[in-house]
Order: sequence, then C-alpha cells, then structure tokens
Amino acid sequence: MAGELLEVEQLSLRFGGITALDRVDVTVAEGETLAVIGPNGSGKTSLFNCITAIYRPTSGAITFRGRSLLGLSPDAVASGGIARTFQNLRLFHNMTVLDNLLVGRHLHFRKNFFEALLRVRREEIRHRRRAEEIIELLDLEAVRKSRVADCAYGVQKRVELGRALATEPRLLLLDEPVSGLTQEEKDELAYWIHEIRGRFGVTVLLVEHDLRVASRLASRMVALDHGVKIAEGTPGEVQQHPEVVKAYLGE
Amino acid sequence: MERLLQYALTGLSAGSLYALVALGIVLIYRSTRVLNFAHGDIATVATFVAFTMLTRRLPFWAALGASLLTGALVGVAFYLVVLVRAQRRGANLLGMVILTLGLALIIQGVVVYVWGAEPVSLPFPISDTRTYSVGLVVVSQLSLATMAAGLLGSVGLYVLVQRTRLGLAMRATSENLMAAQTLGIPTRLVLSVSWAVASALGVVAGIFLAPALLLDPFFMLDPFLKGFAAAVLGGLNSLPGAVVGALILGVAESLTGAYLTIQFKNTLAFVIIIVVLLVRPEGLLGREFKERV
Repeated sequence: MAGELLEVEQLSLRFGGITALDRVDVTVAEGETLAVIGPNGSGKTSLFNCITAIYRPTSGAITFRGRSLLGLSPDAVASGGIARTFQNLRLFHNMTVLDNLLVGRHLHFRKNFFEALLRVRREEIRHRRRAEEIIELLDLEAVRKSRVADCAYGVQKRVELGRALATEPRLLLLDEPVSGLTQEEKDELAYWIHEIRGRFGVTVLLVEHDLRVASRLASRMVALDHGVKIAEGTPGEVQQHPEVVKAYLGE
Repeated sequence: MERLLQYALTGLSAGSLYALVALGIVLIYRSTRVLNFAHGDIATVATFVAFTMLTRRLPFWAALGASLLTGALVGVAFYLVVLVRAQRRGANLLGMVILTLGLALIIQGVVVYVWGAEPVSLPFPISDTRTYSVGLVVVSQLSLATMAAGLLGSVGLYVLVQRTRLGLAMRATSENLMAAQTLGIPTRLVLSVSWAVASALGVVAGIFLAPALLLDPFFMLDPFLKGFAAAVLGGLNSLPGAVVGALILGVAESLTGAYLTIQFKNTLAFVIIIVVLLVRPEGLLGREFKERV
C-alpha cells in the first residue's frame, strides 16, 4: 500500500506479568484519520505511549516515514513530526495560554544561536503569527493571556490541541480528545478536529471512547481488547463486529 | 535610627548571599523535585579552586571564571552520571536526595584531602575594611560588591528564565516533564543547564562569602542552611520567593543579633523554617505544584 505514514508491526508491551499490548499491527496512511477504540484498559493509551517513546515496547517495530522510532527519545520522536495530546491533559498550568502554544513552537526555534540573535525580531514575529493563527482557529482569543489553571476544562482541552498543533506535526495523536466534555462541547471539538485536518493537512490517529464522535471523524477504525487487535475496518463494520460488541457489552 | 539602618544594611548584604544560595536550591527543586544537599559543597570545592589560582597570583577574573566552571561541571556531572542513571533504575525522590547528601560528603572528603582542614584566607581584590559612608550608614566595599553580585545573579536568572527561549523550555520542563518531551524539548539538556546555572549561583555566593571569613572545607554549611531556610520561607518552587525569603532572613537575623542576643542569631533561620512549615507550608510566594490525576 502506498503512502503509509506510520506502521506498527507485531507490537508487544509487557509490564512484569501484565500484557498491555499483544502483537498489535496498525498502519496509518498519509492523510487519513484512524480511530482506535476499545474498552478501558484495552491498551489504547499504551499504544500511544509506545509510539511517542514514553514506553519502550517489549518487542515489535514502529516505523514512521520509513524510519524506525524504536530507541529514540520522546523529544526526537516529536522532532520527527509526531505530536500528541494526553487523556488527562498535561498542560503547563502556571503559564499563559499563549506561552503554552509558544512552547509548542520550540522545535521550530532556530538552532543556531547567533543567527537567532540576529534575526530575533523576525523570528519572534513568525512564531507569534503561527500561535495567533491557532488562537484564532480554536477560538482562544479571550483567554490568550490567562493562566491555563484558571481556564475551564473545555478550554484547556483546546489549548492542548493547539499546543500539539503548534509543533506543525505530520501525525497528530489525540488521546480521548472529547472525554469529560459536555455534548455541545464534544460536537464543537469534533468540528475543530475536522477543520484542522483540512487546514493543516495533518494525519490523525485518535483514541476515543465516544463511538459517535469516533465514527464521525474517522474513515477507518481499529478495535483493541485486552491488548489484542480484535477488529479493523470501516467504522460501521468495526462497531458491528461480534468481538467488539462482546468487548463493549460483556458476554 | 542609624543603628537600625546600619544593621538592616548588614542584613541585606548577608541576605544577598543567602539569595544566591537559595536561588540555586529552588532552581534544582523546581526542575527535578530534588533537594540538593550538596549545593553548598559544590560551591566549597569551586571556591577552593579560586583560592589556589589566586594564591598563585592569577588574575581575579580568571579565578572567578574557573571556579564558576568547576561548580557548573560538578553539578552537571552529578546530574548526568548519577541522578539520571538512578532515575532510570527507578530511584525515588528520597533516594535521589540521599544521593546528593552522599555527593556532599564525598566533596568534603576531597576538599580536606586536597586543601587540608586548616582555615585559610582567600586573597581577594575587594576589601572588607575599606568603607564608604552613605547618608547615615557605613558600607564596606565587600558588602557593596556582595549586594551587587546578589542583584546581578537574581536579575540575570530572572531574564534567563522569563525572557529567553531556553527559559521557556526550562519552565516547561519543570512544570511537566513528559509534556515538554513530547513537544520536542530535549529535557535532559535543559535540566543539565539548570544544574549548571544553579551550581554557578552557589559558587558566586561562596566567592563573595569567603573573604569575609576564613576558608575551610565546611565554610558553606551555614550559608547553605540559611539559603535552604530562605527558600522554604519564600516557597520552595518560587524564584522570586527565594530572593524575598533570603532578604527577610538576612535582615531579621541581623536585627536579632543587634537587638536581642547574638546567640539567638543562628537559631532564627530554623525557627522560621518551623513556623513557615506549620503556618504556610507553601511559603510566602510558593504555589503548590498540582498535577491532575
């Protein structure tokens, strides 16, 4: 298949006696949106943590744009073009919304210190502009100078999405982007994710509990249960798959 | 009135030294949650390097540079060689604090071995006895220089942390390491810089304290404890808090010595620690780190 952006092959992750992931295969094609679904503890977040080098997988391979990600540090994975959000939010709470977005620009700060010193104004303006673009897109204008800790939960979710976007990733990993939100906020955020895809041409890998949102956003779905891939296909197919129904509803 | 002002000024001078020490402690605590008990001893060994160079009649700036570099290198080496490995093997925070205590004892041993335990005096170009009258008070050249060093260190650190990109990366790393990593910040490098800067600040305190008294392998113990008290008073994770706490402690100590009894002067720091921990555990300007779980 042409245009594979991310390939996860036979990935296993064990902690002591617990198997979090068991020989999982997932591929994400350039430009698509793939949703990973599954009940709690099925290994969705573990998969993300392996891709972003927070966990070291026990065995298997992860390839991004043709290069292996195994053994890299999390910041090296990020500079390769992968950004993520966290299920429980990991924001810089004592910084302003704008500063959170600017940390996301870190990768694009000039590496050469003296060059940066010389063109500091133009650089600064470039980064601010990108941050402003995200602020405008995600409707964060009113809170740009607010401390993140003082913002509502729904706003914080958007800030984290914006911060990931500020790194200009090729692949965006979203870990339960709509969890904890009201129905209205969920719809809004789903709309924004849709917008982002169009505007920035980013490929999205999504972990989601809310099947309605997941099937609205994703063109393809993978279902995990107890660390094993139990189904793969279109959202319709996967949700009707007997194994998936069993995993969600019990025996 | 003159007496009050005079003692307050002496206190500010001592407070500047405490501030330099406290800033280093807070910088490390904020970024790694480790209380560095070797902070004073790193400054001691670096000050002895300056001593050796100054007694060989090398220029002051060279000695200052070499001692700052020594302090920074010891700090970074300890972080990279010991702490990072310990962390990788699953050491908890308490374990890492004990490791800093171990480093402190090792450095003390090395200093005694190399330079001996006899107190020596540091040949210093700035005089302790030349004084200037400013209005109602008299200030020595040394305490003027000490206050200038404290101010320079504090402002320099403020600019670094609040106004530069490296500072932004430092703040991000200290607030949420994992998030910083996944945004592409090389956190190990950033933390190495924090250790280097923190250790160098302690060395500045050592260099300016040494000429006021004699240099011996344990001369930084007292200022370290005072700096620690100041950091607790200001809030262990607040850099401005460290400076405020240090100046309050310096002045309070000096006034206690003047108006109460000199014997009580050194106890005051610990009375302050106890009271602060009981009444306002987060310190004057501290803010508890909160992580959503």
